[in-house]
Amino acid sequence: MITLSVFDLSLAALLVLILAGLSWHMRLGLERSLLIATLRMVVQLSLIGLVLKTVFATTGLLWVSLMAMVMLLAAGYEVMARQQRRLKGWWGYGLGTGAMFISSFAVTVLALFTMIGNQPWYEPQYAIPLLGMMLGNTMSGIALALDRLTQTAWQQRALIEQRLMLGQTRTEAIDEIRREAMRSGMMHIINAMAAAGIVSLPGMMTGQILAGAPPMEAVKYQILIMFLIAAGTGFGVTAALWLASRRLFDERHRLRLDVLSAPRP
Amino acid sequence: MVALERPSVSDSLLRVSQLLTHQRGPFDLSIDTGECVSLRGPSGSGKSLLLRAIADLDPHQGEVWLDGVACEQIPAPQWRRQVALLPVESQWWLDEVGAHFPDENCPWLAPLGFSEAALGWQVSRLSSGEKQRLALARALMNRPRVLLLDEPTASLDETSATALETVVAEYRHENNAAALWVSHSATQAARVATRHYQLTPQGVQEGEA
Repeated sequence: MITLSVFDLSLAALLVLILAGLSWHMRLGLERSLLIATLRMVVQLSLIGLVLKTVFATTGLLWVSLMAMVMLLAAGYEVMARQQRRLKGWWGYGLGTGAMFISSFAVTVLALFTMIGNQPWYEPQYAIPLLGMMLGNTMSGIALALDRLTQTAWQQRALIEQRLMLGQTRTEAIDEIRREAMRSGMMHIINAMAAAGIVSLPGMMTGQILAGAPPMEAVKYQILIMFLIAAGTGFGVTAALWLASRRLFDERHRLRLDVLSAPRP
Repeated sequence: MVALERPSVSDSLLRVSQLLTHQRGPFDLSIDTGECVSLRGPSGSGKSLLLRAIADLDPHQGEVWLDGVACEQIPAPQWRRQVALLPVESQWWLDEVGAHFPDENCPWLAPLGFSEAALGWQVSRLSSGEKQRLALARALMNRPRVLLLDEPTASLDETSATALETVVAEYRHENNAAALWVSHSATQAARVATRHYQLTPQGVQEGEA
């Protein structure tokens, strides 16, 4: 494997700097957020490199679980932060986090035990990247789906209540909206699977090939990951939407939009 | 636990007692079987909120009984089938009118001025008056015991308004149903209702049309 020198990275960074300069020159107003994001990316990835180096060296279950927990909580925060109208109180954070816990964690552990079958099963070199890919994808799916659900429920309040007035249950009254939200949560992974290999070479597979793995081995891993991501996202989105749409109504089948907070400015 | 005994006024079909909703009330009223009662009051006085609370669409305090059975003793969807609220503006969630009806056998289309073909119409092409009349036909399909009508003729011309008034009256007589009719017109209140309620800051008061 060819290692990259600081000079190689600096050369690539120069491209981003030129882009920022172009943005400043053309008054696009993008340069600030572009540079901040670039800086964040470099710092965050360097730090995680150091952390992974340490965690890989220890191979203790405790450290791996701790790392996994931090990743889960961060993903939960991201899901919450991406909601225009989030559920008030503990629910806003707990819902997405809980849904990711039962989907991403369960699927990752299952894969580690049965499909990868490494010794020990929690070996960080496999467990952490696998969980990271699962969380990253379920996170986007759940965030999109929840945002769609709460936004649509807010906009279509009169329509949902009309259905309740005609004697529909809370499940019937929100059914179409929940299906729409499910679709938007799953769209990403379905598109990714459909485009894989033709339009795009998935990042993990590309990485393995760059690192010198035989293409067929990389492909097999990528297929496994795609299966896991699809299942994890699907289960996670389903759970999150089920809980959230329950939360939008009370036990008397009344639409309770007061459980949602006001949109952020 | 709230007392759930049968109220003392035995023949009232709908009885509202000490109802508080959205910082308004307490409201008390009762409607007998087959009766139509009007409800008037300045805009913003909470007429629509009162109807929503009776249909159990908003959290509220106090009691509502239908035929001596308290609201919370019946599952909410079932309650709303029996105590039907017709909002000022009806909503339609599917493309075709007929898809909102449980079956194609709707006896109220003709009296409301529609042919059978109306069920095949596109909702997007309905006028507001057509929507209002079709919404009544749709609500009646559940065979409600009580109709809560929120300005049901607001966007209707005189002919259609008369047709709607007739349909409501006939439905009441045939099914022993009651109606609470919110109207802004004293003439209409006097025409359709036998008793008249006025919504005031002090609550619901019975009086002239």
